[in-house]
Amino acid sequence: MSTNDTEQVPDYPFRSPEPLEPPPQWAELRERCPMAPVRLPSGDQAMLLTRYRDVRGVLSDRRFSRQLGTDRAARIGSDGSETIFENADSASLTENHERWRGRLHKSFTAKRVNAMQPRVEQMTEQLVDEMIQQPPPADLLAMVGFPLPVWVICDLLGVPDVDRDKLAHWSNSMLSMTQYSREQMQAAQAEFDEYMQAHVAAKRAEPGEDLLSELIIAVDEGQALTERELLTIGQGILVAGHETTSNMIGKMMAMLLGERSRWELLLADPSLVRTAVEEVLRFDTNSGFGLPRFITEDVELEGHTIPGGTTVICSMAAANRDAASFEAAETMDLRRSPNPHLTFGAGPYACVGQALARTELQTVLRVLLRRLPTLALAVPAEQLELREGLLIGGFERVPVRW
Amino acid sequence: MTLRVIVDRDKCCGAGQCVMLVPDVFDQEDEGTVILLDPTPPESLHAAAREAACVCPGGAIRVDESG
Ligand code: HEM
Ligand code: SF4
Repeated sequence: MSTNDTEQVPDYPFRSPEPLEPPPQWAELRERCPMAPVRLPSGDQAMLLTRYRDVRGVLSDRRFSRQLGTDRAARIGSDGSETIFENADSASLTENHERWRGRLHKSFTAKRVNAMQPRVEQMTEQLVDEMIQQPPPADLLAMVGFPLPVWVICDLLGVPDVDRDKLAHWSNSMLSMTQYSREQMQAAQAEFDEYMQAHVAAKRAEPGEDLLSELIIAVDEGQALTERELLTIGQGILVAGHETTSNMIGKMMAMLLGERSRWELLLADPSLVRTAVEEVLRFDTNSGFGLPRFITEDVELEGHTIPGGTTVICSMAAANRDAASFEAAETMDLRRSPNPHLTFGAGPYACVGQALARTELQTVLRVLLRRLPTLALAVPAEQLELREGLLIGGFERVPVRW
Repeated sequence: MTLRVIVDRDKCCGAGQCVMLVPDVFDQEDEGTVILLDPTPPESLHAAAREAACVCPGGAIRVDESG
């Protein structure tokens, strides 16, 4: 990559020339420079990992810390704004990770999530009903993709339906990398904190069947979580579970409708929904920034030394297309199985909500196949507009007709 | 052919992928950690058990098909 000593350090994240195509740098770096220096929006440098084995290895290795709020770690956002990766609360969550993760898991086990499925389906049906009340076209993202995950999380937190829109707005602002200013992010944070404090108090007075009530009961019995942790976890679930899943619903439908043969295959054989969702997760080129980790000591990785004090960025999306780990990696195969993609991370911090996210994605797909078999994109896939500036990439709109 | 499933509970991150895939072989404790229900599943479940081992995000599942 370097021609002489004045090595060019590329800016990260990379831009894709086509919304559904991977940036050409991924294949290049995987091939020639699996540990590549890159420049972050803040101007700081980090090391980008693009090979499956490296990404999986780092994410599974606890020596690579999630704590970026230290002086030595690279900053991510522009204009000095903190991102969700860096702020103090996520650092304190990291310290107490074992404790609260165990608590959270109770609510996200496969059994609990399976029990939520009928409710997710009912919400999806309702959103589709509302969408088709108007004549086509409609924005599938705004009508179904954006609301569904907030509705599901509001259910988890026991938040009343009337407040769903407020939560959606705060969630959007808190995840900003460059789109909102520091002041706007802090304002959203403060409003959300205030709301959640009142909400926790109300739940404490009158507990429900929801996750938040369970967490509160645990706090009151002195079992596990402090009040502060409780609020942070409430926020964490919203930030971790809303935009990610919303954007994924939009991207899933764009990928599956963008080539008619994919949609037709699923119509002919809906039993492929499960593997199709996994393949969509693997194939997504717009999963965003990747996961940053910080290492304090020198570490050997596949024969290279990563010096202590390095911030590494794990690009799961690039790793998901590594031909060393996936046969015909650049081909979308809705029957692919097994499909050990890294879209939900791996190792001790892997996504707690992944069973729920899978259930939401599978349910949306099943309901749309059943209800709207004639569904089609209302604009050519190449014209879909990417939403920029957020940590999690996605489309602005996914216009459809039926 | 027997297939033996081995789990390393220390590596399990509790995401429940294995339970979703093969509920006859895997379950989870309340806290999320994997429970092995059937270490030698019938042949009809071998493919699914291999898939679970491959996709487990913790790398906590192995299948031994040596004997
Ligand atoms: C398609 C949708 C989703 C994607 C792509 C996704 C991806 C991820 C990834 C990559 C991580 C790992 C972060 C790290 O290693 O630092 C993560 C963590 C997490 N996710 Fe998800 N997620 C999704 C949906 C959800 C949902 C629906 C929820 C819950 C309602 C959720 C809750 C969480 C939580 C609580 C964590 C933190 C786990 C920890 O720190 O131990 N996610 N997610
Ligand atoms: S898939 Fe792996 S990490 Fe997840 S519950 Fe099963 S054993 Fe644990």
